[in-house]
Amino acid sequence: MAAATHETQHPTSTGIDSRKVLMWIFLASECLFFGSLISTYLIFKGDSISGPTPAEILNIPVTSASTFVLLMSSLTMVLAVYGAQHGRLGMMKAMLLATIVLGLGFLGFQAYEFASFVHEGLGLTTNQFGTTFFVLTGFHGTHVFVGVLYLLSLLLAANRRTGLGRERALHVDIAGLYWHFVDIVWIVIFTIVYLIPNN
Amino acid sequence: MATAIGAITHEKEGSGLWSWLTTVDHKRIGTVYAISGFLFFLLGGLEAVAVRTQLAVPNGTVLDAERYNQFFTMHALTMIFLAIMPMGAGFFNYFIPLQIGARDVAFPRLNALSLWVFLAGGFLLNSSFIIGGAPDGGWFGYAPLSGIQYAKTSGMTFYVVGLLTLGLSSLIASLNFAVTIINMRAPGMTMMRLPVFIWMTLVVVFLLILSLPVLTVGLLQLYFDRVWGTSFFSPSTGGDPILWQHLFWIFGHPEVYVLILPSMGIVSEVLPVMSRKPLFGYSAIVFAGAAIGFLGFGVWAHHMFTTGLGPVPQVVFSASTMAIGIPTGIKIFNWLGTMYGGSIRFVTATYFAVAFIALFTIGGISGVMHASPPVDTHHQDSYFVVAHLHYVLFGGAIMGIFAGIYYWFPKMTGRLLDETLGKISFWLIFIGMNLTFFPMHFLGLAGMPRRIYTYDADLGWDKWNMVATIGSYTIALGVLVFVINFLKTMRRPADAGNDPWGGATLEWSTSSPPPAHDFDVIPDVRDRDPLWYARDHNIAPAPVPEHLHIHMPPPSYYPLILGLGVLLLAIGAMSHLAVAALGVATAIFGVWGWALEPTD
Repeated sequence: MAAATHETQHPTSTGIDSRKVLMWIFLASECLFFGSLISTYLIFKGDSISGPTPAEILNIPVTSASTFVLLMSSLTMVLAVYGAQHGRLGMMKAMLLATIVLGLGFLGFQAYEFASFVHEGLGLTTNQFGTTFFVLTGFHGTHVFVGVLYLLSLLLAANRRTGLGRERALHVDIAGLYWHFVDIVWIVIFTIVYLIPNN
Repeated sequence: MATAIGAITHEKEGSGLWSWLTTVDHKRIGTVYAISGFLFFLLGGLEAVAVRTQLAVPNGTVLDAERYNQFFTMHALTMIFLAIMPMGAGFFNYFIPLQIGARDVAFPRLNALSLWVFLAGGFLLNSSFIIGGAPDGGWFGYAPLSGIQYAKTSGMTFYVVGLLTLGLSSLIASLNFAVTIINMRAPGMTMMRLPVFIWMTLVVVFLLILSLPVLTVGLLQLYFDRVWGTSFFSPSTGGDPILWQHLFWIFGHPEVYVLILPSMGIVSEVLPVMSRKPLFGYSAIVFAGAAIGFLGFGVWAHHMFTTGLGPVPQVVFSASTMAIGIPTGIKIFNWLGTMYGGSIRFVTATYFAVAFIALFTIGGISGVMHASPPVDTHHQDSYFVVAHLHYVLFGGAIMGIFAGIYYWFPKMTGRLLDETLGKISFWLIFIGMNLTFFPMHFLGLAGMPRRIYTYDADLGWDKWNMVATIGSYTIALGVLVFVINFLKTMRRPADAGNDPWGGATLEWSTSSPPPAHDFDVIPDVRDRDPLWYARDHNIAPAPVPEHLHIHMPPPSYYPLILGLGVLLLAIGAMSHLAVAALGVATAIFGVWGWALEPTD
């Protein structure tokens, strides 16, 4: 149980705040969303008849670095939650900022990768690999971007005179759930798209 | 509208338009869903009557092929997404909090948002009629016909964007109801004391939460194909049309359980009250409902038996499809068991509930016939399937909804619908429904295909088509009688009282309609059918304290703003990036204001 979560206005049947239950159930629907995109990628794997193939164009060392950046952002997110739970607001804000910066770093890598692929002749409609790759990683990147906006709004709210209020641990915890989910999805995508050998 | 002495709410609920546009009251939101859903039901009915008029005689000239394709497509889309689901949502919204002993749903503003996004989607989808033509590729939008090569008008893009919008609304509402049912039950209201209607709702919302994302991905991919030239589904450029079918039906099959389970829940409420006897086999009905939900994810490819899946998938999906008849049968027998030995009050609601059982069973029997792949080879794309689907969706879902309307109308409006007009309406609808759809079994087996705008005179199909058309007009007459009943009843005084039926569940302990805060005192629940338990054990209602300090959430216009943002984004997706960007900006403004506004 989180150390400093306060009761909500009224008690809940499960004892868990309704906003947290909402985020968990929402993430369940997101599993199906990404599952469908990943399934589509796997169905069309190997079906490109022309244009760059994964083996030719994917840069695994560089993407490993960006994956590491995203993983580190989950670490800073955990630390932000810890800070919120223990009333260490300086730590909470610093770690929120760090998570945002690392998330933006990951997105920067994505943007660079997309641009260089296009430059090397792989676009959205070049072949089935291009289509499924850009749609899958594009939607993932959009989710990371939304997460960055979410964390930024928490950071801005924390810097008000009233701060995040007495429920700060809950709010940061819920944001953490979303952020870790987006990270886990990336691990799956990285494994399936980049690491599993393409024949 | 506080009724208890000294109830303190921050704002009295107004009655002007602005108070409705900013409402977060689940009863108001439910009312708007219900009325909108019914109006769309009338629209879908007109589309059906147009289709039937065209098919009344061979070589009909009422609708040409293009128009005909738009009409049958929009008839299905309207009935499924704009009529049945929203009328269900109307009941969910109104009665979930009342039946679980809560004062509202978990997230009242999110509730309002789902309403506005629904209205935006319905408006958007129907605006296509006057902007380039309505979707014409069937409600299931099969590729490659739905691609830009064959569906050159904007109709199928309206389909994509309209369904994405409506899907968003349903997802938001489902998340809200799931949290509400899980987390906001009154003290003592354990899961196994919940009314069956609430259990069925819980299964429905989880079906939607898990299936809508799959449809969303399919629709997004179709959007990319149509607008940005990708090849997810077009075979000529490397795509796979069967992929569309899988993605669509992984949503589409759970969707049909979404359409029927609320009506099954309603029947499970109406029959015990009208039989004056508790529901037979509560646990079995609950578990059967959950089983239907679970198994419902494992049968989708029975819609694809003629696509060359191969023998192993055929066998597996055939078996799972037949298996799903078992929990359904359990429910049927439990409903019969509820009535058996009861002292039945034959009011209109009872008629519709009993008709549901008979007609849904017929639909289930034709369904299990085409659960067999070799048989389905003859049924697929024929009128036999049209017969099946209308027996389960009209004979099932719609009859169940009408039962709910007659049952819950006094609670929502304080007035009982007229019984004589109700019975006339019932018989016209019941006879009309059977006249329309029973002959379609014969037409299907005689070879008449679906989705054709006309047929020749020498095929032996003339007689039953004419009968079916007459049946459709009979249904229309029955619905008209209902509308007259509604209008007549609303002009009467609101004198039904709290509990005209001797109900068992918590909504009947409030006034009719309930006050804005639902319950003066949150009930303490000791058993299933709490009102019957209290009556049988002579437990008096808890005394109302002299001063109520109930803080209901204040109204908010941010759901409206966010809804507008979604609408602009949807319109922009079919026109200009600038409009879409404006939509995103509006949405961000809406979310920002929503997050910061005080909620007490």
